Amino acid sequence: MRRYYERVVEGLVFASGMASIIFVILIFVFLLKEGLMLFREFSVIKFLLGKHWYPISEPPQFGTLPLILGSLWVTLGATAISVPLGIACAIFIGEIASGWLREVLKAGVELLAAIPSIVLGFIGLVTLVPLVKNMFGLSTGLTAFSGSVMLAFMAMPTIVSIMEDALNLVPKTYREGSIAMGATKWQTIRRIILPSAASGIIAAVMLGFGRVIGETMAVMMITGNAAVIPKSIFQPVRTMTATIAAEMGETVQGSDHYFALFAVAILLFVITFAVNFLADWFLHRKKAR
Amino acid sequence: MVEGKIEIRGLNFYYGTFQALQDVTLRIREREITAIIGPSGCGKSTLLRCLNRMNDLIKGARIEGSVKIDGEDIYGSSVDLIRLRKKVGMVFQRPNPFPISIFDNIAYGPAIHHLASKQALPDIVERSLRAVGLWDELKDRLSGSALMLSGEQQQRLCIARLIAVEPEILLMDEPCSALDPVATAKIEKLMLELKCRYTIVIVTHNMQQAARVSDWAAYLYLGKLIEFGETKMLFTTPKKRETEDYITGRFG
Ligand SMILES: Nc1ncnc2c1ncn2[C@@H]1O[C@H](COP(=O)(O)OP(=O)(O)OP(=O)(O)O)[C@@H](O)[C@H]1O
Ligand SMILES: [Mg+2]
Repeated sequence: MRRYYERVVEGLVFASGMASIIFVILIFVFLLKEGLMLFREFSVIKFLLGKHWYPISEPPQFGTLPLILGSLWVTLGATAISVPLGIACAIFIGEIASGWLREVLKAGVELLAAIPSIVLGFIGLVTLVPLVKNMFGLSTGLTAFSGSVMLAFMAMPTIVSIMEDALNLVPKTYREGSIAMGATKWQTIRRIILPSAASGIIAAVMLGFGRVIGETMAVMMITGNAAVIPKSIFQPVRTMTATIAAEMGETVQGSDHYFALFAVAILLFVITFAVNFLADWFLHRKKAR
Repeated sequence: MVEGKIEIRGLNFYYGTFQALQDVTLRIREREITAIIGPSGCGKSTLLRCLNRMNDLIKGARIEGSVKIDGEDIYGSSVDLIRLRKKVGMVFQRPNPFPISIFDNIAYGPAIHHLASKQALPDIVERSLRAVGLWDELKDRLSGSALMLSGEQQQRLCIARLIAVEPEILLMDEPCSALDPVATAKIEKLMLELKCRYTIVIVTHNMQQAARVSDWAAYLYLGKLIEFGETKMLFTTPKKRETEDYITGRFG
């Protein structure tokens, strides 16, 4: 009886473990099956490098370059804002603040992570968008830049918490050794602690990047949704995710447009997967040595 | 009466309400090795860390009495902690080289204290590594990670990185406890070589080690200095019964 029970538990645990992998594989297979259909008639080169996304003109054009660039602009902008802020914040929480201040800050960062993205998007729409418009004298505040600022806020919790863990993992003996040599706190942080935590910091940045590039709703609300190749970060753009979300409802199942959206999804999947994979590699590189 | 390099007078030390050192008065002489011995938890590390003010980092710690180095009270209000710690280097129980290259480990001190230009660094690195007898072993792999070295090499490197900033005093807290007997013997030999230039204070659990390397020995028990004297005397004709019990292993 007991043996039987153990077997069942073992089987269940195994099944749930496998399930997650199987789901990922199934999703990917499904994406491939639908997405690759596009390329029966439309060339891959044109899909990746085409400058125009006109899915309902005749003949339709499925050039994803504007979408890729849109995602890239917004994501890079967000990374450029959130990484320095995130590093500074993590250093402050992990190395400088103490006692109640530290606890309050940590709770604050966690709270930021708990805000649904649609709420942040909405707040961004009514506060950030007019602000950007007036500050830079633009005809519209719905720009890649607004999206970047918004996403930077969303990526912060990920970046800060992973980075803080990385700082925490730096052995106390390094700090002691450095302080005992007469180094200041700041010299110790900059020259010993940050380099020791480098792989964790890079992983944090990449995971933040992954979080940002997959974000949809908030981006759709405030980036202006114009599928044109952006000349500057102060122009409206449209990301890959926003394209899928906005157009999926209007396509006919089995049409080229429908397949094209799946092809965009494959692209997105590949990019996020690559970023996560890199992050993982950086995180585990240290341990392997 | 000749002043010591370090003069500790009436030192009381508290971790919050717990008193870890009681009225310790001790003279540490220049260019000699002073050993601090005593059972675990008696306050050896605490005493050592009072000498470079590493206890400052501990919350709720409090100190009374005075510690003078070269006649200057290191707990005085005008003391520059950075200069103090440059002058008084510390070697830890577990070798703790930084996770950067061998070269950078030694260049770290001169860099933070602005002692040398970039061009002068290779010289300093060579001189420091020679001083600890590591130069010939390591000269071809200076850019390699310091973490790849053996425990003994790491501990030597930690001493070398102190030497690079030209300290006057070296504090060593059980520097050999993570090393095997052969490595220990080598570090002891190094300490005897360094004695002619530096004042060394070593904490050790190893009675033979104290007898082998030190000129002076202090026996500490429950935060009190029980006996202090020349090592030869302390180990052959201890004045106090407790000291005798401890060094002959009848302790406890
Ligand atoms: N940060 C601290 N906070 C509170 N009490 C402490 C702290 N560090 C040490 N103590 C206490 O002070 C006493 C002396 O500790 P210390 O580390 O100086 O002993 P030690 O002689 O170096 O011991 P060991 O031989 O084990 O290294 C011990 O009772 C210890 O529990
Ligand atoms: Mg100790």
